[in-house]
Amino acid sequence: MSKTYYDPADLRKFGNITEWSEELGIKFFEYYNKVFEEGALTAREKSLIALAVSHVVKCPYCIDAYTKDGLQRGLTKEEMMEAVHAGAAIESGATLVHAVQMMNKVNKLDG
Amino acid sequence: MTKLKIQSLHKRESELANAKRQLEILSNGIFLNGGLPKFEAKIAETNQFPLKPNKLEIFQVNVGYMCNQVCSHCHVDAGPDRTEIMTIETMQQCLDVIKKTEAHTLDLTGGAPEMNPNFRWFVEEATKVGIKDFIVRSNLTIIRANKKYHDLPEFFKKHNVHVVSSMPHWTRGKTDRQRGDGVFDKSIKALQELNAIGYGMPNSNLKLDLVFNPTGAFLPGDQMSLEKEFKKALKEDYGIQFHNLFAITNLPISRFLDYLIASENYEDYMYSLVEAYNPSAVTNVMCTNTISVSWDGWLYDCDFNQMLGLKVASKVKHIKDYNEELLQNRNIITSQHCYGCTAGAGSSCQGSVI
Repeated sequence: MSKTYYDPADLRKFGNITEWSEELGIKFFEYYNKVFEEGALTAREKSLIALAVSHVVKCPYCIDAYTKDGLQRGLTKEEMMEAVHAGAAIESGATLVHAVQMMNKVNKLDG
Repeated sequence: MTKLKIQSLHKRESELANAKRQLEILSNGIFLNGGLPKFEAKIAETNQFPLKPNKLEIFQVNVGYMCNQVCSHCHVDAGPDRTEIMTIETMQQCLDVIKKTEAHTLDLTGGAPEMNPNFRWFVEEATKVGIKDFIVRSNLTIIRANKKYHDLPEFFKKHNVHVVSSMPHWTRGKTDRQRGDGVFDKSIKALQELNAIGYGMPNSNLKLDLVFNPTGAFLPGDQMSLEKEFKKALKEDYGIQFHNLFAITNLPISRFLDYLIASENYEDYMYSLVEAYNPSAVTNVMCTNTISVSWDGWLYDCDFNQMLGLKVASKVKHIKDYNEELLQNRNIITSQHCYGCTAGAGSSCQGSVI
């Protein structure tokens, strides 16, 4: 048993989740693969979105996977870092926008 | 990638300059302890072992390992310090074969093929044979490297040579990191010169294709999508046009193997190749329609086997004894590096195979 929570080699075993719940696993991967096909957005644009979200949800497996995916698609490090900032801005904005609630409360209690 | 070395593995006397050592690495480690299946076993799963040639289409001649660049991923380990150069006698033997081969494509590669002192003579003589598609793999910078090469675009045009050139990215940083400082700007200038005389223009018969190799330890993405990105960026930024982009996977041999090991990416890269294994790609893999000739006239299943010293498994092993019928009956020699040509959409000197 590993003594750490994350092992990079586990990413290769992602597909194994189907073994303990075949129907749901297969449906998930079908959905997953469909999502990343070219559509109204290009696969390249989706890869950047996935990279940004990977950081926001702080998934090390996803970060590894979508950094590699981005490189394979020819994304530059500048594009990748801007995508992460877009995710980070939303994440910090989501925290900061709650400050309005704090302000409302302060104003109500002590205004 | 790690900082670009300025000498070949040979010059540095690296153990990886030895093909046998490379093959040992590729057959041990994760392929020995059962972590990953050997290539032979993998293709046997779909009854594709032993791999046999299909119709011969491409006659590829490596006219020497000398090059003006020392690219970090080079499977040839080419560079200015390599002195292996095809002689005019061996070229003549190649011409004799070109006259009678069924192959429709002649593919000259190197090193920088233009650095062979008899390169122009060879091109002129080969053109007379009337081969359908005559490719020269030019690294582009050679055109700007020295005055004596400045007229190469016109020379190519005169002989209707199909120019195929490497360009790992549409940005300067990524290109120079793989191919050397200043390579991007010189390549752009050379491409503009080729465009100016008609190469790569829409509907032009003067074919100009680019080759994309990933700049690090990852596989190439979808060839068509990459081509779209390359065309858009090169047109918008530099007014450059070209015909097709070939996305080629870096095979884990020579300098790329050295890089993979030094950067501790070797195992992950091999896992990526094996995970992306596609049995459909095996059917059209380039060794099934190609013969590769080395600078000293030996025959190989492909340019990669040439660099690994794996001569064809046939009674006929040298250009002087060439016999196409006998050669076509051979078994193709494979090892774990072959996973590089069967990953995803497959990879060949002409890009994806499916």
